[in-house]
Amino acid sequence: MSSYRLSKGGRIDRAKPLDFTFDGKPMQGFAGDTLASALLANGRQLVGRSFKYHRPRGILTAGAAEPNALVTIGEGGRTEANTRATLVELYSGLTAKSQNRWPSVDFDLGAVNSLLSPFLSAGFYYKTFMWPAAFWEKVYEPIVRKAAGLGRATYQPDPDSYEKCWAHCDLLVIGAGPSGLAAALTAGRAGARVILADEGFEAGGSLLSETTPIGGKSASDLLAQTLAELADMPNVRIFSRTTVFGWYDGNVFGAVESVQKNTTTVNPNRPVERIWRIAAKQAILASGAEERPLVFGGNDIPGVMMASAMRSYLNRQAIAPGKSTVIFTNDASGYATAADLEAAGLEITAIVDSRPDAARTWTGKARILPGAVIVDANGGKSLKGVTVLSNGRPETISADALGMSGGWSPIIHLACHRGAKPLWSDAKAAFLAPETQEGLTVGGAAAGIGSIDACLADGAGKAASALHVLGFSNAAAAFAEKADTATVSKPLWRIHGSKGKAFVDYQNDVHLKDLGLAVSEGYGHVELAKRYTTNGMATDQGKLSNINAIGILAEARKVSPADVGTTTFRPFYTPLSFGALTGASKGKHFQPVRKSPLHDWAKKNGAVFVETGLWYRSSWFPKAGETTWRESVDREVLNVRKNAGICDVSTLGKIEIFGKDAAEFLNRIYCNAFLKLPIGKARYGLMLREDGMIYDDGTTSRLGETHFFMTTTTAYAAGVMNHLEFCAQALWPDLDVQFSSSTDQWAQIAVAGPKSRMILQTLVDEDMSDAAFPFLGAKEVSLCGGTLTGRLFRISFSGELAYELAVPAGYGEAIADAIMEAGKPHGICPYGVEALGVMRIEKGHVTHSEINGTVIPSDLGFAKMVSAAKPDFIGKAMLSREGLMTEDRLSLVGVKPLDPATTFKTGSHILSDGAVPSLENDQGYVSSSCYSPNLGSTIGLALVKHGPKRHGEHVTVWNDLKNEYTKAVLCSPVFFDPENGKLHG
Amino acid sequence: MASLIACPHCGPRPKEEFTVRGDAGITRPAPDAGEDAWYAYVYLRDNPRGRHKEHWHHTSGCRRWLVVERDTMTHAIYTVTDASAEGETA
Repeated sequence: MSSYRLSKGGRIDRAKPLDFTFDGKPMQGFAGDTLASALLANGRQLVGRSFKYHRPRGILTAGAAEPNALVTIGEGGRTEANTRATLVELYSGLTAKSQNRWPSVDFDLGAVNSLLSPFLSAGFYYKTFMWPAAFWEKVYEPIVRKAAGLGRATYQPDPDSYEKCWAHCDLLVIGAGPSGLAAALTAGRAGARVILADEGFEAGGSLLSETTPIGGKSASDLLAQTLAELADMPNVRIFSRTTVFGWYDGNVFGAVESVQKNTTTVNPNRPVERIWRIAAKQAILASGAEERPLVFGGNDIPGVMMASAMRSYLNRQAIAPGKSTVIFTNDASGYATAADLEAAGLEITAIVDSRPDAARTWTGKARILPGAVIVDANGGKSLKGVTVLSNGRPETISADALGMSGGWSPIIHLACHRGAKPLWSDAKAAFLAPETQEGLTVGGAAAGIGSIDACLADGAGKAASALHVLGFSNAAAAFAEKADTATVSKPLWRIHGSKGKAFVDYQNDVHLKDLGLAVSEGYGHVELAKRYTTNGMATDQGKLSNINAIGILAEARKVSPADVGTTTFRPFYTPLSFGALTGASKGKHFQPVRKSPLHDWAKKNGAVFVETGLWYRSSWFPKAGETTWRESVDREVLNVRKNAGICDVSTLGKIEIFGKDAAEFLNRIYCNAFLKLPIGKARYGLMLREDGMIYDDGTTSRLGETHFFMTTTTAYAAGVMNHLEFCAQALWPDLDVQFSSSTDQWAQIAVAGPKSRMILQTLVDEDMSDAAFPFLGAKEVSLCGGTLTGRLFRISFSGELAYELAVPAGYGEAIADAIMEAGKPHGICPYGVEALGVMRIEKGHVTHSEINGTVIPSDLGFAKMVSAAKPDFIGKAMLSREGLMTEDRLSLVGVKPLDPATTFKTGSHILSDGAVPSLENDQGYVSSSCYSPNLGSTIGLALVKHGPKRHGEHVTVWNDLKNEYTKAVLCSPVFFDPENGKLHG
Repeated sequence: MASLIACPHCGPRPKEEFTVRGDAGITRPAPDAGEDAWYAYVYLRDNPRGRHKEHWHHTSGCRRWLVVERDTMTHAIYTVTDASAEGETA
């Protein structure tokens, strides 16, 4: 390899050497290097192997379009594959590895694919691997996968953090090249809020590698002065290392900022990358232009480079591309590179210019071959020379570097992200985006302008116009108008007569013949050709290749590129890391834990927790010696029914409802009557959906004339709140009713069991006797001698004499402790949601296991609750539908095994006794089941056809998944204390 | 969908704060409006290309239900009003 660092020049800081490794080999670069420039400085041109043919590949560009120099950066969890070396800012300790090679990039066995290339042409997947079908999965795919590919992701977790932010501005300027800087300066001077974003670590764009003076100033002075003025403006923010990757609705732009990607010593308190969503009133797209590669044989041999990249490496990082360079160009850009190389004392062996009337203004030493083309570059892992066809005569020129320039394509991706189609311009020989769209103007080279002074003028002028739209009438262009002096050459889409493979899409290894094949096989439409050949489908999204592919297709079809059209530009402009997209939403930030105010109380009492949604609920409270959960749950159930138990029910949704129409509102929300609920009373309520199905249930208490307190199930708390708000705001805005969710404000404790009253009475100041506070009582109470006010409800889910006591969340643990203390002599125990579940099944109380979106009130035995008197409530109209009135609807029953030693599982189906097991004979299913220690048997609730009429009928409970059949009997869903004697005790 | 929704109460806010419910062009029928009217209200929805009114809830904001008129094709938002001001009737 023969690229090397010159002893002087460039914008690098030679006082700051940086050590890094490539494939384990120690190397050194300087501050101001990219990884690519540092590799070139170390003579490393060959940096990777190509995707399909494993051809040796070198660094082709100096920017975002790089298709070849994809490397894996970092170690362990910080491993980042497929990183473009051209965009990686060099830092001390950087470790980079080449990809898609084995055993090494210099000696790669996969290169044998090149010999197989006749079989690997476009569409080879579809043609070669047709049969036998079984071979695809077992043989072909694993081999193809192993041979083709990019870097490998790590399996280790990413140790770093990422974040997402919003930014707002009057004018967003995308790209800090000449036109972007001019736009920012114009807007900054006018006092507008400006964000100037650029993907590089140094602002300036093409000014960084420009050597021609601009308006009497050197490009670097102009850049320094402009940046200094911008830095002094408090209304201008410069986002460097920030790629604007997408343009979205509402003029919001997505951008990713590399915050700490340029260091091995990551500050854990800062993100490594940051996603910005930038809400811009106006934006200028000043993303510049991309130089087009030329399509000739061997145009991928390491040493072949874009001419502008060569110039950039020379002027920014003092890199000599080689000992002797040949330039192949069809426009003026190649000459600028040649001139700078000669000025640095480097040898140009020839300038091959396809234009017959080439460059009469050239004053350099190099000889010019006008009307000539390079048909083939020669070499293997490095360039040895080129074969030139000049006036019909082949000539071989030796060279170890080749700079090519096929003209320029404006970078218009972002301007097309919202549906605008690129338009072919014959004058510019390029696809252009519509120059102005609402909120976005394309400026400078991105708008097809060639000369730097014209770009400065264009950026300034367009910024002034955009600001005038925003009312900054004082905005004046920072640079005077200038005509574009750049000339546009006729595009040279392909070179005829090449012997070697002429690559169009480097990253996906699509070469000229593949596109020819696509056309000849009828896939000449741009969208078909893309998919047939995979041209433009690599991670670079065809930044270099699409335009040439379109030109080649146009030539083959003998039409204009305008008629071929383009494929669709979609975000993201360049690949984003998953980390950046994830932002802070990982682990507990993605799924936070919701803890009840009684969580710590439950924990210190030994609770085993279960996740229900975000909540952690206490499941059961094992005692020493208990070895299975069932032992604990059975004990808890028996103890509650015999003595008393205390259970955390804080996770239930709680909604405070106020307003003079609150009662009327609830009357319309619930299917049962609420209008006349007396103050001081709770009522069980059934809420329907508009289609008549039950939505949720819970108790609602009237605490005052215009104040109700609703509880919802844990799972539907948020949904019910949204529903209430919709009904109040959108359906009945005339009702005076307001809501406030208070789920987290109250610690709510159920105390159940025959001794619950005597235990609670020790804390509650008011009389709790049955006469003073009967079943379904609900009121504010004074606690602990007037030290605290809480809410007491006499409601029961367990079927026992039971209360729920709500206290402000912060007092929850203290009150729970006090109840435990008071209950100790009475044998109180804490119980969890498992015991709660057993007791509610024993009592035939339903939950969302039964309220599963398919049931109406009568299915669950609630027919009488549905008010016939109310003129309207949510669900009323649809409830009378024919299909909901039929006799054979699945309805609630109890089910228990005939032999208590046998059992069945929730979800099992019910078959009539003796029926053949089949879904045709399906009678329903078990919706809930448990072991009841009070009945000494498994019991279940089931939804069965004609359910209530079939009590006493013998059935088979059928679990086809486990091939289990249990003889059982249908019965009343209330297994325990059917007279509710205990409830009213 | 537009990136920003201009809530009449909170100003322009990111769409992630909102929850869409669906067609706001339908009116809840009278209880005795008959099966066809109720069937249409509960189940039948147009899927227009172009202007469309929808109910959006500012779930993570002021918690008001809004009527957003937007273009389903271009994603442009024309108007955002509070649902209670839409003159909806029960």
